[in-house]
Amino acid sequence: MQQGPLFVASFWALFLLTIGSAGIVALSRNVIYSTIALLGTFLGIAGMYIQLSADFLAAVQVLVYVGGTLTLILFAVMLTAKIENIQTSNTWRGRSVAFVVIMFVLLILGRVANSTSWPAVAREAMPSTAKLGHAFLSEFMLPFEVASVVLLGAMIGAVVLARRAVKSGSEKE
Amino acid sequence: MHFLTNIGLIHYLTAAAVLFGFGLFCIITRRHAVGILLGVELILNAAALNFVAFEHFVAGGITGQVFTVFIICLAASEAAIALAIVLQVFRTHKTIIADEIADMKN
Repeated sequence: MQQGPLFVASFWALFLLTIGSAGIVALSRNVIYSTIALLGTFLGIAGMYIQLSADFLAAVQVLVYVGGTLTLILFAVMLTAKIENIQTSNTWRGRSVAFVVIMFVLLILGRVANSTSWPAVAREAMPSTAKLGHAFLSEFMLPFEVASVVLLGAMIGAVVLARRAVKSGSEKE
Repeated sequence: MHFLTNIGLIHYLTAAAVLFGFGLFCIITRRHAVGILLGVELILNAAALNFVAFEHFVAGGITGQVFTVFIICLAASEAAIALAIVLQVFRTHKTIIADEIADMKN
């Protein structure tokens, strides 16, 4: 597949957006900045999905992560964190240990990725939403239904966990 | 120069590996419970990106995208449950710094 200069430039732009905002998520001192930087990571990954011919996944990524999960996390941060105390709202511990562990893991990942010869074929980016729908309603029917039950269970569980306990006095009346 | 202009599988794997590293760093170093959750989200996204990249360059077909949909689905339900627990812990303990919630240690 011949890659135009626009494709290459857009990949590197998405790469910088994703990695840069992931760095802010991991390193920022303020948990609000971390949460908002997660937006950049999600959008960058959605762009990469489009480059990898996963157009439906890109839309789902934006709708579910940005519209749902991120909003939920922002609400949780604002309800719980002592945001006004910026210097200590997102403190760290054990940075050197973490750094050693990460370097070790990345070294192993790099060695494996380099020593394996992937049978990589460059394909054209094609829309794949129709194929995905057919797969969900034929081959992956059972996992699809199980996933919907899991979502329902999670929704009920979250409501039960997050509500305030009913006072026993008003319960008797 | 060839590495910079010829985008292949290894580029997406690199992006996913760096994302995974940042997520792991976040989980290990954060003391704020929501901060730890952000690290988990980064790791799940890295795994999903790997699924789609391998499907596009190596496996073909559609299976990688199917499993990415399941990952997104589970990540959403995990975030909802985890944040409900965080809210409830904040109500009872008045803090969500993970080090200070140690009732079950005794």
